[in-house]
Amino acid sequence: MARAAVQRRLTWLRARLADNLPESPRVRRLVFDVPDWRGHLPGQHVDVRLTAEDGYTAQRSYSIASPPEDPRLHLLVEDLEGGEVSPYLTEEMQAGDDLELRGPIGGYFVWSAAADAATPADQRRPVQLVAGGAGASPFLAMLDHARRAGDPTPVRLLYSARTADDVLGGDLLGPETTVTLTRGAPPGWRGRTGRVDRALLQEQTFPPDARPRVFVCGPTVFVETVATTLVDLGHASSAVRLERFGGTGDPA
Amino acid sequence: MSLVSRGFGRRRSATTDDRLPPGQYDTGDRFPVLSAGPTPHTPPAQWDLAVRGEVAAPQTWTWEEFRALPRESVSVDIHCVTKWSKFGTRWEGVSVDTLLADAGVQGSHVLAFSDGGYTTNLPLDDVTNGRAWVVDTYDGQPLAPEHGGPARLLVPHLYFWKSAKWVRGLSVTPRNEPGFWETFGYHDRGDPWREQRYSGD
Repeated sequence: MARAAVQRRLTWLRARLADNLPESPRVRRLVFDVPDWRGHLPGQHVDVRLTAEDGYTAQRSYSIASPPEDPRLHLLVEDLEGGEVSPYLTEEMQAGDDLELRGPIGGYFVWSAAADAATPADQRRPVQLVAGGAGASPFLAMLDHARRAGDPTPVRLLYSARTADDVLGGDLLGPETTVTLTRGAPPGWRGRTGRVDRALLQEQTFPPDARPRVFVCGPTVFVETVATTLVDLGHASSAVRLERFGGTGDPA
Repeated sequence: MSLVSRGFGRRRSATTDDRLPPGQYDTGDRFPVLSAGPTPHTPPAQWDLAVRGEVAAPQTWTWEEFRALPRESVSVDIHCVTKWSKFGTRWEGVSVDTLLADAGVQGSHVLAFSDGGYTTNLPLDDVTNGRAWVVDTYDGQPLAPEHGGPARLLVPHLYFWKSAKWVRGLSVTPRNEPGFWETFGYHDRGDPWREQRYSGD
């Protein structure tokens, strides 16, 4: 596999909140200006550091939801009940407030058109994305980037959300995306319902013989279940890349 | 001095726990799962553990042979680079000192290798003298596959990506060779008390 070494030092950068917008009933879109940001690849994440008056600090990691082409850095933050950092980011932080972040971090859970450009279009392995809940965040960066870059690589996204209101990045999702709702569908819903299971994966994702590069992101249990099923269906373990986040909520 | 975030204050506890390295939080009873790829499920009959590389006498143990080696119980705090720490985790397994005892080690580092292709590098000093184990038991139960079962490396004084899940052996190397996450910019050593998360920290 290609390994892009990222060996430069990651210093803390000042980030100023430009916007704190509702993305869904449970998720806010935080938009930052980061003057010293040196760019990122879709799928990478940042560490955020908050510091209290008494010197107490807390750090958390968030996937970057915006493509490298966007001069601002977008993070989608779920308000986790009982959390220490996410309630501050979603409820307290206002435009003009500063925090520190560093990155980009990670180089494995990445898909970029730039990296694909070296491979002729007809030889590119398709890209299959599977998202659970707020796990859609890095995929929004990937899809937005692919679209802006005119990347012809075939891509599909299977996206499990609780309700139609919980779907993130709605205006970015096109015909490549299949949304399935796990907590019931609104009247007139013409998409899928129910959890991502073997049958839905067989029906709505690239088959193993298409040799897709597979990316799965979501809550721990969702990712474990989907990854195991994909391997059972015949996908090579080495073709399946995972990113999990530790939200305490049950899987989407 | 870092920048103060207006209106931010600690919410969880009034006191700072001196078991927490900088930038970490206590995950409590939870035990988060992280891995870059799908969980392998290697049956015991196909499992073995190897010590190889720069050694005078390469070693291999079947599952039964490994289980018959002298065992130790350890209770330790663990620290994941994704910021969670977990206190007082209880494990059982075999000291790396025991695994290396008859190998005639000639190198300075080890590269732990695992089912699924994962690797991580460690200086020999970090896995000897009672600082590292290959464990197959967590909290009195067989180690679950998602936590690295049948057996994982345990190097509790370093960030937990160094404690390779699904470990199948240690390759002794003549010099430092970056492993999987180390190639992607994570720190070569990963000492949580020095907050060595990423290259250059």
